[in-house]
Amino acid sequence: MLLRTPFYDFHVAAGAKMVPFAGWEMPLLYRGIVEEHHHTRQAGSLFDVSHMGRLHITGKDAVPLLNLVLTRNVAQQRIGQSRYSLVCNPAGGVIDDVIVSKDVKNWLVVCNASNRAAVVKQFTAVRDEKSIDAQIADQTQTTAMVAIQGPKVIDELADVLPVEVRELKRYGFETGIYMMSRISVFRSGYTGEDGVELIFSAGMVDRMLKSLAKRMLESDSIIKPAGLGARDTLRLEASMPLYGHELNETTDPLSAGLQWAVDLSKEFIGAEPLRAIAQRGPSHKLVGLELAERRIARQAMPVLAGNAVVGQVTSGTFAPTLQKSIAMAYVDADHAVEGTELSIDFKGSIIPAKVVNMPFCRRVQPG
Amino acid sequence: MPVPEDRRYLKSHEWHKAEGAVVTVGITQIATDELTDVTYVKLPAVGAKVSANAAWGEIESVKATSDLYIGVSGTVMEVNADLNNNPGLVNSDPYNAGWMIKVKVADLAEFNALLSAADYLKATGHD
Repeated sequence: MLLRTPFYDFHVAAGAKMVPFAGWEMPLLYRGIVEEHHHTRQAGSLFDVSHMGRLHITGKDAVPLLNLVLTRNVAQQRIGQSRYSLVCNPAGGVIDDVIVSKDVKNWLVVCNASNRAAVVKQFTAVRDEKSIDAQIADQTQTTAMVAIQGPKVIDELADVLPVEVRELKRYGFETGIYMMSRISVFRSGYTGEDGVELIFSAGMVDRMLKSLAKRMLESDSIIKPAGLGARDTLRLEASMPLYGHELNETTDPLSAGLQWAVDLSKEFIGAEPLRAIAQRGPSHKLVGLELAERRIARQAMPVLAGNAVVGQVTSGTFAPTLQKSIAMAYVDADHAVEGTELSIDFKGSIIPAKVVNMPFCRRVQPG
Repeated sequence: MPVPEDRRYLKSHEWHKAEGAVVTVGITQIATDELTDVTYVKLPAVGAKVSANAAWGEIESVKATSDLYIGVSGTVMEVNADLNNNPGLVNSDPYNAGWMIKVKVADLAEFNALLSAADYLKATGHD
């Protein structure tokens, strides 16, 4: 039985094509993946991301617990700051990638829907094993979460949202009261665009949709709904990793190029093997590839240097903004330098691909 | 969703339209809705032989890559080169401008044995 987010009726009424995703019934698209992609880059899109896990961590020793489980040091994190981090297994493999935020009374960990159980299990096991004074509360189904992303979003929502959204820094957040309920506004997202992510109580969804309808849901609205299909092509152009593709329990954050989110000077689960990898240098690295033809590379396709297999594709798409076929792949470190000429084996058809810098697509910074 | 009555179908969503001994092949809108935005169609060379129920090409979309099949055997007479630069024609006009290949067949018995529009809808659960 698939779970439904509080936006389910909205998706159906908006004509979404619904698909199963990580145990949830989610919108794949409303009008078309490519159209929704372009609309996000040009104006703004509303993504229901209520399926993502939302865990509240509280208690006297919340910080030591977070610091044992997360790769990032949260001790210096201030109220109103969010940080990207990894949760690793003892071998340094990635259990999940998360956003950890410090709120006034609790910490919030937002994790992938597919990994929610594993992340809860990891926090709980570490807490129990070390007798840490902390509580873990899963708020996923009592709250809702949307990402509203695109260059026009901040101007469109600035006078509606109950916080000074223009003043919010990237990866900053603030909580205000909107229609008599608490709403947290985060300046973050997964598309490479400016925008916000909002978390509020599940019971508030209908009221919120009504009050924002004019700005978001009518045919001439600047902000339109977008589904998981566009979310994937957008994140890929922005070179953001997706769990299950670029990250999994047998890949480590250093090979994935995420060393900036790993503090090897502190103790955490997986720190020891990661220090060893850092010392000798990763044997393979995540790279961006630009294909010579408009074919789409799929996960697990072999990457070749000459006739030799030197890696494997993790994600690929025909990038709607760039109008080029792009992919991410793990390749042997010797072949990971920008400009290296490689190729991808499409079931026997060999398509040339060149290592390029990531992100593939950089947003225009507001002046 | 209705499909054109003037052609015959495979359960794998290819339509076939016969004009004399030449059969034009494309895919149905039911298929394009499932694939989402098409980004590439791998077409055979003119002169290539194709066989009934064997794969002759591939179609890639933002969502997935699938093999393309045909219900008749014959020789490829023409391919829709417009799809090389504009594969989205398969989405926007699957039954006309989004056609893929024209195949010359020896006899029409294979064609006549393919699914009718109603049988295709029934076979794919869209009736």
